[in-house]
Amino acid sequence: MFEFILRRLLIAIPTILLISMFVFGMQKLLPGDPVLAMAGEERDPATIEMLREKYHLNDPIPQQYLYWITSAARGDLGISLRTQEPVTDLIGQKLPVTIQLAVMALIVALVIGIPAGVLSAYKKNTWIDWLSNIVALSGLSIPNFWLGIMLILLVSVRLGWLPASGYVSPWEDPLRSFQTMLMPAVVLGTGLAAALMRHTRSAMLGVLKSDYVRTARAKGLSERVVLIKHALRNALVPVVTVATLIFGELLGGAVLTEQIFTIPGFGKLVVDAVFSRDYAVVQGIVLCTAIAFIAMNLLADIAYRLLNPRMRNQ
Amino acid sequence: MTAAADPVLLPPRSRSRAWAKLRANPAALLGAVLVLFFVLVALAAPILPIDDPTKTSWTAVRKAPSAAHWLGTDEIGRDLLSRMIWGARASLMAGVVSVAIAVAIGVPLGVLAGYLRGWTDAAISRMTEALLAAPFLILAIALAAFLGPSLSNAMIAIGLSAMPVFIRLSRAQTMDVLTEDYVESAHAIGVPPLALLWRYVLPNIFPPILVQATLTVATAIIAEASLSFLGLGQQPPAPSWGSMLNTAKNFLEQAPWMAMWPGLAIFLVVLGFNLVGDGLRDALDPRDI
Amino acid sequence: MKNPGKTLALAAAMAMMAHFAHATDLRIGLQEDPDVLDPDQSRTFVGRIVYASMCDKLVDITPDLKIVPMLATGWKWSDDGKALTMTLRDGVTFQDGTPFDAEAVKYNIERSKTFELSRRKSEVKSIESVDVVDPHTVTFNLAAPDATLLAQFADRSGMMLSPTAAEKEGADFGLHPVCAGPFKFAERVQQDKIVLEKYDGYYDADKIHFDKVIFRPIPDTTVRLANLRAGDLDMIERLAPTDLASVKADDKLATASAVSIGYQGITINTANTDRAKNPLGESKLVRQALSLAIDRDALNQVVFNGAFAPGNQPFPPTSPWYDKDFPLQPRDVEKAKALLKEAGYDKVSVEMQTSPSPQTQQVAQVIQAMAAEAGIDIKIVTKEFATMLKDQTAGDFQSTQVGWSGRVDPDGNIYGFVVTGAGLNDGHYSNPEVDKALSDARLSTDPETRKKSYDAAQAILMDELPIIYLYHPVWLWAYSAKLKGYTPYADGMIRLQNVSLEN
Repeated sequence: MFEFILRRLLIAIPTILLISMFVFGMQKLLPGDPVLAMAGEERDPATIEMLREKYHLNDPIPQQYLYWITSAARGDLGISLRTQEPVTDLIGQKLPVTIQLAVMALIVALVIGIPAGVLSAYKKNTWIDWLSNIVALSGLSIPNFWLGIMLILLVSVRLGWLPASGYVSPWEDPLRSFQTMLMPAVVLGTGLAAALMRHTRSAMLGVLKSDYVRTARAKGLSERVVLIKHALRNALVPVVTVATLIFGELLGGAVLTEQIFTIPGFGKLVVDAVFSRDYAVVQGIVLCTAIAFIAMNLLADIAYRLLNPRMRNQ
Repeated sequence: MTAAADPVLLPPRSRSRAWAKLRANPAALLGAVLVLFFVLVALAAPILPIDDPTKTSWTAVRKAPSAAHWLGTDEIGRDLLSRMIWGARASLMAGVVSVAIAVAIGVPLGVLAGYLRGWTDAAISRMTEALLAAPFLILAIALAAFLGPSLSNAMIAIGLSAMPVFIRLSRAQTMDVLTEDYVESAHAIGVPPLALLWRYVLPNIFPPILVQATLTVATAIIAEASLSFLGLGQQPPAPSWGSMLNTAKNFLEQAPWMAMWPGLAIFLVVLGFNLVGDGLRDALDPRDI
Repeated sequence: MKNPGKTLALAAAMAMMAHFAHATDLRIGLQEDPDVLDPDQSRTFVGRIVYASMCDKLVDITPDLKIVPMLATGWKWSDDGKALTMTLRDGVTFQDGTPFDAEAVKYNIERSKTFELSRRKSEVKSIESVDVVDPHTVTFNLAAPDATLLAQFADRSGMMLSPTAAEKEGADFGLHPVCAGPFKFAERVQQDKIVLEKYDGYYDADKIHFDKVIFRPIPDTTVRLANLRAGDLDMIERLAPTDLASVKADDKLATASAVSIGYQGITINTANTDRAKNPLGESKLVRQALSLAIDRDALNQVVFNGAFAPGNQPFPPTSPWYDKDFPLQPRDVEKAKALLKEAGYDKVSVEMQTSPSPQTQQVAQVIQAMAAEAGIDIKIVTKEFATMLKDQTAGDFQSTQVGWSGRVDPDGNIYGFVVTGAGLNDGHYSNPEVDKALSDARLSTDPETRKKSYDAAQAILMDELPIIYLYHPVWLWAYSAKLKGYTPYADGMIRLQNVSLEN
């Protein structure tokens, strides 16, 4: 196991380098540069040229990359040209917010998705199955941003139950934090709940037909025990993989959700950074998501091996 | 990603049975009807007796549905019915073309990786991972910024970000098929590689790719809407459902119908594709005989 | 004063109200997240809204744009117009306790002029040196008369930073800004909030009735209004004009408005690279035709529910600088067609750049439809903002939709855009007579003389149309009906003096 993890970590390094180069190159190809993009109404040509020089924006791209990667290796991701704040500080500020959102959304997805999937597989071809399928598919079919705006109008403006947007840290005020995050988490979680439900259903269908479930039933075990202990446990193997892969989608989905609910997380940071060509910020974020993504993949594989002993020898 | 979790291996020949199963599935039929309806509407747009979708009228700004404008008018007095119908073209095109891009590039790469293994596989896999790790919207925004916002560039961006799923899927399927006994014996008796791929690999890849493609069309339509929401999709004055929604969100109180129709249409057509995709998956799943 | 008892009771009630208001926070929704909070470095309009509560200036403006004392209590120009002497307010301290005096003013002007990252250099360029006459008197010596200087002092160039803090922080000043305004910087979380706290040592503390001001950037107008309605904000800026009617109908909310000193228009590429070689760039007749094809009233009605102010000059029709010889012309499609013919065209086709925001898109589409009727076929080219700016400066455009937030002095709305080689002149328009008239306007401090120079420039510009002006936005604020004493200003800033929140 240890060797497996080590090997995977070694493979991760070139992947991360590749991503960082790719994103860096792509950004530099974009028209405009941060100095001009941020100049707004203050476009004095001499000042702009001076700032370009100061931030090495006139150097050849490979050299700029070299600056970035060498300081990144030392843990310095540069500063945001928009606000002069260090990128590491920004990431430290935003990452917990998005993680909170993602975790809450994942909980929403798991709480709805897995029971619905089990139930619908167990009651295959009954109205319960149809209903949960239709509901799940509806969840997948509604655009995130649409659902978000509708919920704000209904829940916050009409009913006044939850705050419309914003963010409160859980350390500051746990209840308020939960309240502000609830709607975004539901919006982000529904689509994933649908995906999870369908995966759980299909995995359960497979498992329910398997020999050992038949055996378990033949042994006279109660349906509950058969369902939860034998069937679900085995069905969870692919579901766990999907759940971890979904975590990557969660980060992507968070971009839009944060935009709608004005949550000061990663997604909002990156959208604004791309639009204002705040290179260092985009670069820092992509590095982080890439590492997170690879870590999640690794965790998925480890979970896979733990849940499914047959794979350990592969 | 979805179908990759449960690889479908099917001996060629069970296709007629799959067809029968699909027809017996009411949900899939409903989906097919939904998709067909929108496709027909989109195709018929030029011959339908409707207004020019870009014709403005300063005296009919944001009017509720009426006999003159069945679905109402938009923020600069254009007929929403005709914009919905022409918008169907843009949205469906966005879905289908971007998936076509993803399949056309992704499947050959996946098969290549699965067949050649070794360095090719490693390189393609790393690239796939890199693509997967760069969040879709970031990629799309960057592409739109680079190429300029337009419907076709949005399709390219969506297509590229949908590609990894198809690479992974076809790679896994190829590797699976190649280890089957009958393929190994075919190899042993000297069937040339291309014939091997053509005769055994492709037919086996086809069903899961079809399922995945149908489902991805659904997500691609939503993706186009999301990009339009950020102002990076279809450009004015041409309509797409996503860009209509983007505008409509500023008038939710004054003109809720502006948001209702495109929202509903996206929902229905995406639901349609999802139902068809689901039905196909069930029909093609050999475990479920 | 018929009933002294009642007046007294009212006064007492108001005093109590002020007392209660004392223990309150004010939450304001902004349209964008401000950039770096260093008045010398900052570039955004929205940043200035935050400064209005944090950084007092040498002078301020009244709602009708007259310059009035703030940190400077009085000023006098020398006869040759090359020296400005200001007397400074007594007993003012910066938010870190550093005293505000003539030395501090000198330090600030020098920082604006010489600090590497300063964006104020061009605004204070005319100042050659600053003399400290005594602790409360300072003289600015200019190379040449500069009529715009006082107006610059009413904006970021006149914001006084604590020299102690500026010296210590250097380029990082924006992370912990220290000024001389009513509220001091407490905390900022990018894209989330900027928190200011009341500064107890503020010289005009009686007028301040909040303990904390919290600014929250919420770009989406619908969501921003939803937050106000839900009670999560007390005030929002830039309410969408189309929401005005429904906000007015809501008795829990109130609104305020002021015609902006800025404008929205179409800049035409007349000489910037070969892209200027098209009918619109080459022929003023075609430009006149386009301008005549646009029904500015209808545009205002359709897109802004009639809430904005149609315009045809860099100054709104209500401004004293507006040239009444060139009033708003009604739409005239026939004349537009005739002009096209005169220029030698039946139909012309032009490109117009716009940003992807829904509102500018809407404006673009309305103009497109109107121009089409006159035979001008506009192709809308949407570019994401950074790309648009780059193409604009590089000359890769035929015409482009631009907005300007406006400056107090008329110079700021016109000089930079049409004078040969000026920083914002993206179309590279050039006319020596215009250059001369606008440079002359800078040299005199007499409004009459200046007006004559601007009118002279206007007479040419209205004919050649390097910029086709469309409308002047109206700043719209919506706030809780409990908020009292708010005065709207044409510069779009939120001044909190005398504003309070009832319980």
